[in-house]
Amino acid sequence: MVLMKMKFPFEKRVKLAQGLWLLSWMATLAGAFTFTLGCFLKTELRRRAEVMDNTEIHAVPNTLMIVGLASLGINYFAGRMCQDALDAGRFPRWKTFMQPYWGVSLLFTLLMLMAVIMSYAMKGNLESSLKIGLKNGIRFYKDTDTPGRCFQKQTIDRLQMEFRCCGNTDFKDWFEVQWISNRYLDFSSKEVKDRVKSNVDGRYLFDGVPFSCCNPSSPRPCIQDRLTNNSAHYSYEHQTEELNIYIRGCREALVNYYMGLMNTIGAGVLSVFLLQSSVLVSLRYLQTTMEALAGQENTEIETEGYLLEKGVKETIMEYVTPVLVFLQLNQVGSEDTEA
Amino acid sequence: MALMKVKFDLKKRVKLAQFVWLMYWFSVMAGVLVFSMGLFFKIELRKRSEMMDNNESHFVPNLLIGVGLLACGINAMGGKICYDSLDPSKFSRWKPMLKPFLVSCVAFNCLLVLTALLCFLMRIPLQFTLAEGLKNALKFYKDTDTPGRCYMKRTLDQMQMEFRCCGNNNFRDWFEIQWVSNRYLDFSAKEVKDRIGSNVDGKYLMDAVPFSCCNPGSPRPCIQYQVTNNTAHYSYDHHTEDLNIWKRGCRDALISYYGGMMNSIGALVLLVTILEVIVMIGLQYVNTSLSNLANPEDPECESEGWILEKTVKETFTDIMDKMKAMSKGNAVDEAGVDGVATGS
Repeated sequence: MVLMKMKFPFEKRVKLAQGLWLLSWMATLAGAFTFTLGCFLKTELRRRAEVMDNTEIHAVPNTLMIVGLASLGINYFAGRMCQDALDAGRFPRWKTFMQPYWGVSLLFTLLMLMAVIMSYAMKGNLESSLKIGLKNGIRFYKDTDTPGRCFQKQTIDRLQMEFRCCGNTDFKDWFEVQWISNRYLDFSSKEVKDRVKSNVDGRYLFDGVPFSCCNPSSPRPCIQDRLTNNSAHYSYEHQTEELNIYIRGCREALVNYYMGLMNTIGAGVLSVFLLQSSVLVSLRYLQTTMEALAGQENTEIETEGYLLEKGVKETIMEYVTPVLVFLQLNQVGSEDTEA
Repeated sequence: MALMKVKFDLKKRVKLAQFVWLMYWFSVMAGVLVFSMGLFFKIELRKRSEMMDNNESHFVPNLLIGVGLLACGINAMGGKICYDSLDPSKFSRWKPMLKPFLVSCVAFNCLLVLTALLCFLMRIPLQFTLAEGLKNALKFYKDTDTPGRCYMKRTLDQMQMEFRCCGNNNFRDWFEIQWVSNRYLDFSAKEVKDRIGSNVDGKYLMDAVPFSCCNPGSPRPCIQYQVTNNTAHYSYDHHTEDLNIWKRGCRDALISYYGGMMNSIGALVLLVTILEVIVMIGLQYVNTSLSNLANPEDPECESEGWILEKTVKETFTDIMDKMKAMSKGNAVDEAGVDGVATGS
C-alpha cells in the first residue's frame, strides 16, 4: 500500500527537478538566515548574562545555529541531486548516498521544529533564571569594592535605565536590601544607628531607590528617597504618583523583551521549516521517479513517484524490528550467561 | 604636444571601455552611498533639533543629498556612453555630446571637493547653534506644563543619559537656573523663602543637578543635591570626586558626536571625488581614442588617446583667448550697432 502515489510524465519530471533546484537554493539561503538568527539571539542573551542565573536558555540559539549549518549542507546536496536528475545516466550514483542522507535530513528537520517549540516553551525557565539573577544583582549592588562583584552596580543601573524598570518584581524590592555600602554610612549619626538597630540583620534599610529607577517623563524632578512618606515632599501622594519612578519590575521587562524576540524568531524558523519540508518531499518524489527509470531504455516514459513504498506503520515496523531483535538478543544473551 | 598620449589597438580599446563601464557602476553605487549619508545626517540633525537654535542650517545635508542624486545620474549616463562606445554607430550619436559632458564632469568634481570642504567646516556654525540651543533647553527644563515645551525635560534627561554629559559647558550650569518648577515648591517653608530671597530675580537656585547627570559607574549611590557641600555627605570631597556625576558638558559631547560624523562623511566624499576623477580621465581616453582612428572606415586600426590635446598651459591660454574673443565680439557688436546708429 504505497503512500501518496503520483504519476510523472517526462515534462513533469523536468519541471519537478527545475523547481526543486530553485527551492533548494532558497532553502540554503533560509538555512543561512536561521544561522544568523541563532547568532543574534545568542549575542543578545550573552549581553545580559550577568542577571541570568543559568545558561539553559542558550539551548534555543545553539539549536538554531546547528540546524542552520546542517540545512546548508542538506540543501546543497539536494540541489546537486536535482542537477543530476535531468540526466538518467548520472542519477544512479546517488543511490548509496540516499539512505544516510534521509536519516540525517529528517533528524535535523525535526530538530528545527523542536527549536521552534522550545522558543515558545522555555518562558518559565527564563523567568526563574532571571528571578534568581536579578535577586543576586540587587543584593550585591552595594559591593562595588568586592572583586568579582564590583560591576554589579553599573550593570543593574544600566539595565534599569535601558529597560525602564525598577527592582526584581517591582520597586519595593529595593526597600528590602541594603543598597548603600557601609563605606558611605556615617555610623556615628543617630539616624543611621536607629535604622541599623531596627532590624534583625543590622542592615541599613530605607524606603528609597537608586537614581536609575527615575522616569525622565515625570513632570517633576525625581523623588528617590522617602517614597512612601507623603508629607516629606510638597504636593506628593505616592499611591497616585505613576510617572515618578518606573513601576514595572525588571524581570517582567526582560522576559517580555526576550519572549518577543524568541517568538518572532520562532515564527521565522517555522516558515523555514515548512520550506525545508517541501524541499525534502519534492526530493523524495524526484528520487522515486528516477529510480523507477533505472534499467529502462527510453528515459522519457511516464513513471510513478511515491513518498513511502509501504504504509507508514509498515515502514516504521521495518526500521524498528531490527532494533528490537538486537535488544532481545542482548537480553537472551545476558540470561544465558546468568544461567 | 598632447598630455599623456597612449597608443590603443582594438583589444586595448575594448578593455578600456569595459573597465571604465565597470568603474562607472561603482561610481553609481558611491553616489547612492553619498545620498544615504546625506539622508542619515539630516535625520540625526532633526532628532536633536530641540537642542539647537531654531534657525539651524540644513544646507550641508541637503547638498549631500543633491550631490548624491546628481552623481547617480551623471555616472549612469557615463556608463551608458561607455557601453555604447564599443559599437561605432551608436558612439557616433554620443560624439557631439561628449565634450560638454566632460566639462560638466569637471564642474561636478569641483562641486564634490567643495562639499567635502563644507562638511569639515560645518563644525563651526554647529558650535554656536548648540550653545544657544542648550542654554534655552536648560532654561525650559522646568516648564513641563507649558504647551510646546512640556517634553523638554524628558528630551534633556534622555540626552544627558545617552551622551553621558551634564549641563551646557559643565554641571555648574544647573546651579545658575531654576530647574524645579514652582508647582513643586512649598512657598510656606523657610528654606524655600530664603533661597528665593537670596537672589535678584527671585529664582529658586541650589547646588543640585537632575538625576540624569548621575554616572552609573560611580561606586557610591549618586549625590545630586548639595553637590559642592562636603559636610552634607559622609566621606565626600567634591574636588576629588570624579565618578559621581558626568563632568563633560553636553555641548562638547554633541560637537564631538556630530564632528566625528561629519569628518567621516567628508572623507567619504573625498574618496568619491577621486573615483570620479579616475572615471572622467578614463572616459576622456575612450573619447579621444575613438575619435582619432587613423582610418575611419576600419574599426580595428590603431589610434591614439590623450587627456588634453595640447599641454595644460596651452589649453589654459586657449580657453582664456576664447573667452576674451567672446567678450570682444560682444563689444565689437555693440560698437558696430552704436556706430551704425550714430553714423546714419
